[in-house]
Amino acid sequence: MVQLPLQGIRVIDFCVAWAGPYATMLLGDLGAEVIKVENPHVWAPVSRGGRARPTAESVAALGGMYGGYPNGDPGPRPWNYSPTFVQPFRNKKSFTADLRTPVGKDILGRLVSKSDIFVENNSADYMERLGITPEWLRSIRPDIIIVSLPAFGLSGPYADARALGVHLEAVMGHSLLRGYRDMEPSSNTNIFAGDYFGGLIGALGAMMAIWHRRRAGTGQVVEIAQAEAASAMFAQAFMEYSINRGLHTRAGNRSVYAVAPSGVYPCRSSGSASNGDDRWIAISVTSDDEWEALVDLMGQPRWAMAPQLAAVEGRIEQQDELDVSLAEWTAQQDDYELMYLLQARRIPSAPVLEASRALDDPHVRQRQIFQPQTMFDGVGTFRFLRPFFRFPETPSIVHQPPVAMGEHNDYVYRELLELSDEEVQDLREAGHITMDFDPDIL
Amino acid sequence: MAGPLEDLRILDLTHLVTGPFATKLLADFGADVIKVERPGGDPARRLGPFPNDQSHPEKSGTFFYFNSNKRSIGLDLRSTAAGGIFEDLVDWADVVVESLRPGALAGLGFGWDMIHARRPEVPLVSVTNFGQDGPYADFVGSEVVLWGFGGEMYSTGLAGREPVKMYGTAGLVQAGAAASTAILAAAMVGVEQGVGQPVDFAIADALFASADRRHSTVIGFEFSGRKTVRRENEAIGLADGVFPCSDGWVEMHSAARRYERLADMLGNPDWMQDERWLEPGAAMDPLLIEEFNAHLQGWLLDRTKREVWAEGRRARVMCTPLFTTAEIFEDQHFHDRGFFAEAEHSALGELTFPGRPFIMSETPWELRRPAPLFGEHTREILTQLGYGLASIESLIEAGAVEAA
Repeated sequence: MVQLPLQGIRVIDFCVAWAGPYATMLLGDLGAEVIKVENPHVWAPVSRGGRARPTAESVAALGGMYGGYPNGDPGPRPWNYSPTFVQPFRNKKSFTADLRTPVGKDILGRLVSKSDIFVENNSADYMERLGITPEWLRSIRPDIIIVSLPAFGLSGPYADARALGVHLEAVMGHSLLRGYRDMEPSSNTNIFAGDYFGGLIGALGAMMAIWHRRRAGTGQVVEIAQAEAASAMFAQAFMEYSINRGLHTRAGNRSVYAVAPSGVYPCRSSGSASNGDDRWIAISVTSDDEWEALVDLMGQPRWAMAPQLAAVEGRIEQQDELDVSLAEWTAQQDDYELMYLLQARRIPSAPVLEASRALDDPHVRQRQIFQPQTMFDGVGTFRFLRPFFRFPETPSIVHQPPVAMGEHNDYVYRELLELSDEEVQDLREAGHITMDFDPDIL
Repeated sequence: MAGPLEDLRILDLTHLVTGPFATKLLADFGADVIKVERPGGDPARRLGPFPNDQSHPEKSGTFFYFNSNKRSIGLDLRSTAAGGIFEDLVDWADVVVESLRPGALAGLGFGWDMIHARRPEVPLVSVTNFGQDGPYADFVGSEVVLWGFGGEMYSTGLAGREPVKMYGTAGLVQAGAAASTAILAAAMVGVEQGVGQPVDFAIADALFASADRRHSTVIGFEFSGRKTVRRENEAIGLADGVFPCSDGWVEMHSAARRYERLADMLGNPDWMQDERWLEPGAAMDPLLIEEFNAHLQGWLLDRTKREVWAEGRRARVMCTPLFTTAEIFEDQHFHDRGFFAEAEHSALGELTFPGRPFIMSETPWELRRPAPLFGEHTREILTQLGYGLASIESLIEAGAVEAA
């Protein structure tokens, strides 16, 4: 019987926000048993929602990704279905303990003794305050693998700096490197590429440490400074400075390479951007042959026949004018129809897909990128992302829908830690075992 | 110790950005990666930055970055002699990775059937734009096309403007990190259980799965029928967004989420005691936001971005400077932590560049060699595969292989 690559590996997920939970989700997709440790007495600001108990009115004022709770209703336990955070809850178990108390920390220690990997992405000083240090973890489980995803590393003057993806990207140059060419950097916020990247690298680092432990028998600390890892996304800018001491600047939607035209062009729209009804197509003309094919497709308009546009150097020089003329043509077209026309001529293009349209895209449908999952508390059945791993012999499936806080308290306390009914009852009364946040937390 | 993966052998038929970044991460941590380069080399060799902007196949900054710690063999898979060499390489490998168009490798006679018949325990990971099947399987892509389609580009930027992309090839690099996890997982199953499998990795699908907002915007709509759109203007809320300071810019996203910490950072000014800021809905009221941010702006303009960040760190507020690439290169924190590495490259000379992707305490990153010249290891690899000196020279003469 073939096993999933990480079968038999138990992971403690001590993560917040997006990067850490994404890393452990991937480990779960690959067969590891991932157990979230959650404290029902402490509200981690960006982990299970903006607030624990938002009102229907307050979420109605927020955009879909922040306020789009199931059926528009925050429901009885809003922390279990925040659209901002719910996707990476798949393929995980969850249990609760008040880690501020010695009893809570003892419970965590007992779980550590039965686990292989401990993953966290908190600030270094927070972990220190809780006393959850590599030394403590190793004293319980000598071969444990510790994966830490601090924003700027565990050492140095920035070690304690608080950051979401958008902040660490600012430090690593992204906020000055991306964005509209004709606007100030103040238009560049609200991007979280660092979170996605940190999550991916976090899973990779954990897997490398597992690979090593399966051979050498030893654990280790994997320290992923998310800012340092994120630098790979800006590789060309780093290399431009490394080679030429030069600086790249904001290029809007243009290519970082000698490719033109390349960008985003308007298509026939059914409404305004404020309603999410504007339509755009991304097009990259990556060779002179592709340009010739595009000129033919447009019906050889006079402006496009200018001989200086035949070679990429000329198109780069005249890209401003070229973009305006090209946009006049694309604005008459339907985005999908135009994609098929362009792709038939092997010109890279696709609609800039607004999220609500993603579910109906032919590619998405045929490859079944979304899959229905039934939520806890009878909230409903909704289409969630499925794992991007496509392994025919060791399929990554969703065996656990997005987990509710404390959903596996019974499993952890009784089966794994083998506590008696009395002990469980005591812990319940002491506030460790629950499925609800402290009522004082709003 | 050359890293955790020193016993992992990867046959790498990928080019440009996504596939090479995926295998670079594994090579950086010890895997022995043989990069098969077509005649003319990886097309990434024609991509800048170049010294003084002068194109040269051995001086590409892109190629240098994405191919560290690999060995290169120049091999024309279309030549008659290629078959035997490819078979020898498959016999050597634990995992094969390719990024040709769907079906192209099989068209050359080297597809999954051939690999699987020869080595049942070896997986084949195929990295493509839109996957091996589906209506877009043959579609061509680029950074803006793939991130625009798969990633959350639509809601990035301002409502009055076009959606705006990330820098450079950030999306393709993200997909490379995702592909790296797929390669290592497939290698685990192959090496540890003797089971090979064809793995279909689609860049578009990895970007759909992105935790940079895409996962939230789609489920937000699925839950509630509500969309996520581009913002009307730059200011998001109280102390939220990018603000100028005396010598540049700072990012203040979510800085007011813990109000008392922000007050501490700003020195507990009287104006922050005003009850109006704390009333429900204040964070959504444009006039209140403007008034609040005007106070904040005054404080920021009296300080440099480094001074602002120092106060932010002290008070544990989420707020960071916007650095240029030059400022990162000059920053003591990054130097002291060993973020930068140095290499002596035979064409590019001495370079300082971002080195280790991350830190492993017991199996550390090591730069065994910078990115290879085209065919730099052709002779070495063929010798290792058992070819004699004379047959290597005749293969070169026949044009089947190229050597630096």
